[in-house]
Amino acid sequence: MNLLVELFSSLWCCLVEYVTLAHGSGGVEMSELLEKLVFSKVKPGFRRVSSGIGLDEADDGASIPIPGLGHLVVSVDSYTVNPPFFPGGNIGVLAAVGSINDVLVMGAKPIAILDSIVVEEGFSMRDLQVIVDSMINVLENEGVALIGGDFKVMPRGQVDKIVITTTAIGIAENPIVDRPRPGDKILVSDYVGEHGAVILMMQLGLSSVEEISKGLLKSDVKPLTKLMIPLIEKYRECITAARDPTRGGLAGVLYEWAMKTGTLIVIDESKIPIKEPVKRYAESLGVDPLYLASEGVAVLALNPTCAEEVLEYVRKLGFENARIIGEVRESELFKGYVAAETTVGGLRVVEPPRGELVPRIC
Amino acid sequence: MSNVDLGKLISILGSSRDLARLITEKIRDYWVFLTSRGVKRLKIMDFCGTHEWTITHYGLRSLVPGDLELVAGPGCPVCVTPSHFVEVLIKLSLEGVVVYVYGDVYKLRSTRGVKNVYSLAESRSLGGDVRVVTDILSAIRDVKSHNKPSVFAGIGFETVAPGYAQIILTGHLPRNLKILPLVKLTPPAMFYALDVSREKPTEPPIMGVIAPGHVSTITGAKAWTPVSENYNIPVVVSGFEPVDVLVSILEILRQLSRGEAKTTIEYTRAVSWHGDLGAQASINKVFETIDDAWRGIGYLPKSGLRIRDKYKIYDAFYEYGIREPPPGELKDMPPGCRCAEVVLGKAYPTQCPLFLKTCTPQRPIGPCMVSIEGTCAIWAKYGSRELLFKLREELSSKVKAT
Repeated sequence: MNLLVELFSSLWCCLVEYVTLAHGSGGVEMSELLEKLVFSKVKPGFRRVSSGIGLDEADDGASIPIPGLGHLVVSVDSYTVNPPFFPGGNIGVLAAVGSINDVLVMGAKPIAILDSIVVEEGFSMRDLQVIVDSMINVLENEGVALIGGDFKVMPRGQVDKIVITTTAIGIAENPIVDRPRPGDKILVSDYVGEHGAVILMMQLGLSSVEEISKGLLKSDVKPLTKLMIPLIEKYRECITAARDPTRGGLAGVLYEWAMKTGTLIVIDESKIPIKEPVKRYAESLGVDPLYLASEGVAVLALNPTCAEEVLEYVRKLGFENARIIGEVRESELFKGYVAAETTVGGLRVVEPPRGELVPRIC
Repeated sequence: MSNVDLGKLISILGSSRDLARLITEKIRDYWVFLTSRGVKRLKIMDFCGTHEWTITHYGLRSLVPGDLELVAGPGCPVCVTPSHFVEVLIKLSLEGVVVYVYGDVYKLRSTRGVKNVYSLAESRSLGGDVRVVTDILSAIRDVKSHNKPSVFAGIGFETVAPGYAQIILTGHLPRNLKILPLVKLTPPAMFYALDVSREKPTEPPIMGVIAPGHVSTITGAKAWTPVSENYNIPVVVSGFEPVDVLVSILEILRQLSRGEAKTTIEYTRAVSWHGDLGAQASINKVFETIDDAWRGIGYLPKSGLRIRDKYKIYDAFYEYGIREPPPGELKDMPPGCRCAEVVLGKAYPTQCPLFLKTCTPQRPIGPCMVSIEGTCAIWAKYGSRELLFKLREELSSKVKAT
């Protein structure tokens, strides 16, 4: 009898479609699902508020125009990172920094945040205190107010340890809607893929490798305030697109830009700043650093006339590893493609992120 | 040797554009010389799936002359394992045997299926106990946690055989775990691919071979001398960094322009002429060489390893009465799929009607699209030869315009 039930239920699995981890990895599967599940269901008039940035843009956040003030920029994100404590930070730091960065790369100055914490029954009170303290600490340092929130506890086993959702609010005179144009240069502000590499290594039980225990390899989670605020003030007109490459990594951002604008983006692989241990471990674990998440890096598309000047300025702001890694091109044959000139000078296609690379990375 | 910084060496081999430029210039020089001697087109076969990965991932085809074709060979174990054995494993898993497999075998589709189950992935969703492992040691660790009868699918080339042999010889294989040895030997497949290429004189001939580096650490480079001697073409045992492969291409062209045909080692940091004698001895002790079945190709003489009678208690063939596939069943490719020609270098993936139409890495139909060592999967991921040539043309014309 039991066998029959088991057989029936397992047969059922193949007739019904289920959500898989790939649907939440920020890649092709996720965009396809969201299009089907959400975007196609929301009527055009309900996808934005007046002339604000809305669902159609699928950007880092949204905006509501406020006459006389500019735009109120809002971003929401849930953080489920596993493990909640990792080299370089914890889920509290990530929840504050992640949403602040989303607002910053929209061209806004973050002013306030709301949080929602769901915690599992039996979670250590001390750990919870450390997580919340770290979140508040980030907000204080960034001058961002915590103006509200929610707190819930789930019975043991019904949520894994802790989930934090944050909504960040910022003000922008002229928000950045990602529209890279042919000719634009692509700038990366720092080494990419460190957060993703570290979380992947923690999940695979590689927490005791030398680079991690010596602190040479840790999550890059950090607010982009010191980069984005001066940039927006001084060079807003030069920036045609800005993103922080979290899930899906650098490849994900570039692919989305190429698809959205029907352009070809060509990058020079030898110019992408990647730390040596990230490169080495990614290779031995069979992942490409271009797909690994960063939590303290900005990718910018810049008007070619001022790109070099912006690079100079970004470096002066303390982001010494910033590089121009490629450019946007017009192409009839290769619309929506990202191509790389490889480290030895060959050519290859950079495919969009697919499948489940690293689950629960942020 | 102690003061060589290996990390630095690898980074030089992996990312030196100047070095790569220098080598490709030399390659072009030799190519010009060869064309002046009447060579119009020729093929160099890279036997190993990992070499094909390096060539495509680093875009090496866009660096060498277009008429110097780099073509992949049979070096993808998952691509050449007969559908028959996938069916055997599905059947075992449905009958309550725990089946341990590598990740790509898990997704591999059989042509005939067992009771409408076509892959081990499907079998698992129907309750079959299929477990993905990265090596036999993980299977051994896991098998100790239960007492169920279990089978490890030992798919691979010469590289995996010493490990299996050692485990059997040292008595480390738990009683309830049997090995299904599906180890294939690479030189016989190379001979066959060369024979096939000579049947059609209209095609550009295979005039050089980039021989597998890892396999040769075990067999030694000497295993390839029958290729250079009997077929009179250069063979270079190559490493896997892009500069390694470029140097190997250069060496093949150098030999061709001097009329030489020798087996040489580029991968000297890992491969010797005689190979790992200890590993060879333990392979000979445990395994015997048989005429083995290659998917879509048929039986090739002396091309596979099976466990000797003396050690049959470790052998899943013996334990479960598994038979070798009947020769009539070996044209076992899905309809339309040209994987069998792709592994022999007779067709490019782009010449297959299914490639990136119905057969994709997300939903593979043919075996060449399953494993990351499969040419179709590699081309799907990093771009086909034709696509990259067009891209190169487009990018260079833009540069000229500006």
